[in-house]
Amino acid sequence: MSVLVYIEHADGSVKKTSLEAVSYAKALSDKLGAGEVIAVALGSIAQEELAKAGHAGAAKVMHVNDEKLNAGIIQAHAEAVAQVYRKVGAGTLVLAKSSLGDAVAARLAVKLDAALVSNVVELPETGSGYKVKRSIYTGKAFAETSVNKDHKILAVKKNAVDLKTDGAAAAVETVALDINADNFATKIISTDKATGEVLLPEADIVVSGGRGMKGPENWGLIEDLAKELGAATGCSKPVSDIGWRPHHEHVGQTGVKVAPTLYIAVGISGAIQHLAGVNSSKCIVVINKDAEAPFFKAADYGIVGDAFEVLPKLTEAVKALK
Amino acid sequence: MKILVCITHVPDTTSKIQFTDNNTKFDKNGVQFIIGPYDDYALARAVELKEQLGASLTVLNVGEAETEPTLRKALAIGADDAIRVNAFPKDSLFVASQIAAIAKQNNYDLIMMGRESIDFNGGMVHGMVGEMLGIPSVSPVMKLEIEGDSVKMAREIEGGKEYLEAKLPLVAGCQEPIAEWKIPNMRGIMSARTKPLQVIEPVTDQTATEVTNYQLPPAKGAVKLIDKDNVEELVKLLKNEAKVL
Ligand SMILES: Cc1cc2nc3c(=O)[nH]c(=O)nc-3n(C[C@H](O)[C@H](O)[C@H](O)COP(=O)(O)OP(=O)(O)OC[C@H]3O[C@@H](n4cnc5c(N)ncnc54)[C@H](O)[C@@H]3O)c2cc1C
Repeated sequence: MSVLVYIEHADGSVKKTSLEAVSYAKALSDKLGAGEVIAVALGSIAQEELAKAGHAGAAKVMHVNDEKLNAGIIQAHAEAVAQVYRKVGAGTLVLAKSSLGDAVAARLAVKLDAALVSNVVELPETGSGYKVKRSIYTGKAFAETSVNKDHKILAVKKNAVDLKTDGAAAAVETVALDINADNFATKIISTDKATGEVLLPEADIVVSGGRGMKGPENWGLIEDLAKELGAATGCSKPVSDIGWRPHHEHVGQTGVKVAPTLYIAVGISGAIQHLAGVNSSKCIVVINKDAEAPFFKAADYGIVGDAFEVLPKLTEAVKALK
Repeated sequence: MKILVCITHVPDTTSKIQFTDNNTKFDKNGVQFIIGPYDDYALARAVELKEQLGASLTVLNVGEAETEPTLRKALAIGADDAIRVNAFPKDSLFVASQIAAIAKQNNYDLIMMGRESIDFNGGMVHGMVGEMLGIPSVSPVMKLEIEGDSVKMAREIEGGKEYLEAKLPLVAGCQEPIAEWKIPNMRGIMSARTKPLQVIEPVTDQTATEVTNYQLPPAKGAVKLIDKDNVEELVKLLKNEAKVL
């Protein structure tokens, strides 16, 4: 049975996290001999974008080129993916954990009578049964989870697998589906999206500021460093609560969970709720004037110093590296 | 208008997570349990909607007797009555099946809950309930207004917001800033003691997954401190040692 991967796109560009999901599916099919990896893409997407799924490990892309699916309507996406899943005779669905992916996967689990495991961090173990390791307690622990349904949906956490880019071009097949109008009961009126910025949940490098930045007028220092690093910007909860930064930048247990290769925290104390959202980062750098700040215990590298002095120098040093 | 808010009973956000019985059970020792923070947002918004629309507000938890103080707290915050499905919440499918069964009997117009629990972070229950009931589900919802049978929402997407409109009935997985967390006042606490809390038995024992054991992440090594007057050294280390630049 084949492995189907639901790939998301942002205005026509396939998301990197979705390509990671394709690479995960490919590794899974190689490990378990699970058959072909097929990607499913919904809405208007250019051929060269779809080709990326091939490089990441898909043998085929099923493209449902229906404009009505350009908007991420949860129910309609779930219905479309379910139809393709049945059409290709898949046994497993893989997708990247995301705002839309989670919501779609939950409905699909019921539609397909499948077991859904979210926050998956490793390939399944099939020595005895089918077990998947997932991250729980907001990154504070892992659970080895046995799956007792034939159909499986795995929502993969960012960075759980290396992105493959050396695969062959995938054959693209355009499919037309008939989706019941009831599935479009929710209407998307408009979107309000930060443009031209690196998106926080998908970023490889994140520079975050906390209350130690003193006010929104000082965020230029955070942005300068982020720009030099090609990074996304984030913040602690009080910072977005006071309105210094937009809500979608709030990182932590009750905010966005990030898993970049490099997380730089400036003027953030490192409360347990903030740490919970960043503890999957590969490398953590902390800049704080208080040597006793709890964040230093979670950091790989630290500078005890005033952010207003350290940040401009750090930005210069990064610039000099290039 | 009938609103149902589903709440989880989870370890306080500051809890140290540990396991016992050869890493097969969560260690409750010294852990304080709270209403899931995302559910708390859902509840806070539901209390506002109740006041605004004159709706009835029921809270529901799938859990054993130990979760009753959490349900009482939700009553103190402003729910009218509570239901406890008397069972250990084995997995998302199990929980969603219980909620859907109760919803089918009671015809709620709006079912609200947190976007995810903070223990297993699945974020699946709202979608499963929506699918089981054949009604729309939207998550994560950061704004929700009701006008007649129409619901206007803002949903968080990567790097922004999406504005949507749907009709009731609907399931919403909520998060901030949908409303400010509410703290129960003395009157609320007093009246919560006498509000009805119904205990019912689960309708099915169907599950899709089972945790076989838990693990903690490997311990972190000590931080490497770099002098604040030598930031070039940090950049070098990030490039050559950590290899992240
Ligand atoms: C249920 C619940 C959920 C929560 N969820 C989250 C969450 O998801 N994310 C989150 O972030 N928080 C969350 N919190 C809040 C959390 O507990 C902390 O209050 C918050 O993380 C603190 O933010 P902060 O570090 O920016 O501010 P503070 O705690 O005020 O720390 C500011 C830091 O800046 C340093 N500083 C000050 N001036 C300078 C300077 N000039 N240069 C360098 N350093 C300086 C200080 O030494 C201090 O360490 C939650 C709380 C609760 C109760």
